Amino acid sequence: MVETRYGKAINQALHDALAADPSVILFGEDVGEAGGPFKATRGLQEAFGAERVRDTPISEAAIAGMAVGAALSGLKPVAEIMFMDFVTLAMDQLVNQAAKARFMFGGRNSVPMVLRTPHGGGLSAGPQHSQCLEAWLAHIPGLKVVCPATPADAYGLLRAAIDDPDPVVVVENKALYALKGEIDDSPAAVPIGRARIARPGRDATVVTYGAALHTALQAADALAGDGVDVEVIDLRSLQPWDEAAVLASLSRTHRLVVLHEAVEAFGIGAEIAARMADVGFDELDAPIVRVGAPFMPVPFAGALEKAYLPAAADVVAAVRRTLE
Amino acid sequence: MAREPKNDPTDRLLSLYEGMLTIRQAEERLKALFADGEVPGFIHLSIGQEAVPVGISASLGPADTVASNHRGHGHALAKGIDLDGFFAEIMGRDSGLCRGRGGSMHVADVSIGMLGANGIVGAGLPITLGSALAHKTRGTDAVAVAYFGDGALAEGVLHECLNIAALWALPMLFACENNGWSEFSPTDRQMKASLKDLAAAFSIPHVEVDGNDVEAVEAAAAECIAALRRGDGPRVLECRTTRVRGHFEGDRQDYRSPDELAGLAATDPIARCRARLAELGVDANRIDAIAEAIDRRVEQAVANARGAPEPSFAAAAADVYTAAEG
Repeated sequence: MVETRYGKAINQALHDALAADPSVILFGEDVGEAGGPFKATRGLQEAFGAERVRDTPISEAAIAGMAVGAALSGLKPVAEIMFMDFVTLAMDQLVNQAAKARFMFGGRNSVPMVLRTPHGGGLSAGPQHSQCLEAWLAHIPGLKVVCPATPADAYGLLRAAIDDPDPVVVVENKALYALKGEIDDSPAAVPIGRARIARPGRDATVVTYGAALHTALQAADALAGDGVDVEVIDLRSLQPWDEAAVLASLSRTHRLVVLHEAVEAFGIGAEIAARMADVGFDELDAPIVRVGAPFMPVPFAGALEKAYLPAAADVVAAVRRTLE
Repeated sequence: MAREPKNDPTDRLLSLYEGMLTIRQAEERLKALFADGEVPGFIHLSIGQEAVPVGISASLGPADTVASNHRGHGHALAKGIDLDGFFAEIMGRDSGLCRGRGGSMHVADVSIGMLGANGIVGAGLPITLGSALAHKTRGTDAVAVAYFGDGALAEGVLHECLNIAALWALPMLFACENNGWSEFSPTDRQMKASLKDLAAAFSIPHVEVDGNDVEAVEAAAAECIAALRRGDGPRVLECRTTRVRGHFEGDRQDYRSPDELAGLAATDPIARCRARLAELGVDANRIDAIAEAIDRRVEQAVANARGAPEPSFAAAAADVYTAAEG
């Protein structure tokens, strides 16, 4: 095991994929010479050339569409959209083209493309550079969506996404790029669709993903001091999501909190809560509680954003509600 | 249709004539099937525009790729899509090229380089751009053709694609079928600039041609595509053509003047080609035999589609994602 950072793990995954398969190419705004807005692609153009690591103009619709066309023509493109807020400009190509091509073409072709994009607040980036829009994409049949919370998963899920025959959106978190964590000396792909027990516990389950995992773990530490033993499930994949793993955890703890940084209303948490209220009904000893951002744009000022983002105290309060 | 290159000019023109007539007769048949309720949904016919894809496809091979738009029957057939699979798809059968999941607006066969008709105006352009990028990255001399109408000139993504194709010198042909209509509105009330202006803005050579003269389209396309294969960067080929039918079948075209509608027959590329063949001394019986042979193939395709099973819902639902291995 070696220690690395989340952003470095992404860089290593891209490096290893480019080295392993000549059909892998990268493109996006400033991913080449500048090394990416968050330095995730630093050094890759020097290593693999400007033909395979391309700087594009500021043209998100064309970036996403090029990925579809290149994927239909024998390549495995990995496109980057600089901030997740900008996927709004690429939605036709993601939703109407990438997601549907396999189905629309009678299952005779797939679209092996990856779209990397960072979401999340905490950097005072304001209302148009902080949103968590993954629920939109998870709602579209034909897209896969993953959201790594650790350096090891940032590597493993990205390798799995590049190997996947279908379009995968890899949602990174801007606040995590500098996060340190352990990774194998020879890391492998992490299968898409499988959750991970980030912390085992007996009294209540908190299901989460992305940067909110670390909020959940803080809350679990705080509750442990009061003798409450919380199990934390890191979903890792949002579409498909690991329903069996969540149900198994619920069957052990009988209490469920779903946490995400995205707006709570109509979110990923609503889907998980609805499914568990159905298939897990007999296991529940308390109502399922959701914790997410309030129904408002992400604010800019530090004090406002701090109040906006779900905090460990919110998770502690939610777990306590399930124990009442 | 995948015609073999013909050296004799008469044989060559006969081949182009056959290509156009195949599209015309297939669409006339679809028109009747639609009126009889055998084709569900929306269909957009390209009657009057056949010379464009046939003239362009004469310079394309199996490794070349095309992406199309909602008026895509001609583009697909000219690229060589299977006639049985074509009819079965549009009639919603399991034997359709897309197993009845896409219909008229999504006919596709990626195995022959047909990357799909498309229901979103302009959406085929960045897909073609990516395909051209793949050809260049893989070091082949294949080219990618985007068919689009003048209505797509107002879509922002066209402007993005013109820029990137020019910037990276991609082997992409922007093939515009300019029929003067953006759905139900005249394009000159929707676009201030011309495609020629746009091409110039991105330093892309622009060629304008009478899109109802199949020989002229063939010659202009051959030059453009040769330039793409040499690595000279993208080309814009603007074909002035004529939309005879409405935006979609069932559109009564009340917004077009009776004079305009009455004059459409004079522009017919197939009648013009036939007259040219007569000038070259081709026997009328030989020309008529082409129509009869196409008619038999079309009727066989319709009969095959009628006899084919309905698509399986379970199979459709299982094809949203690639099945896991093992």
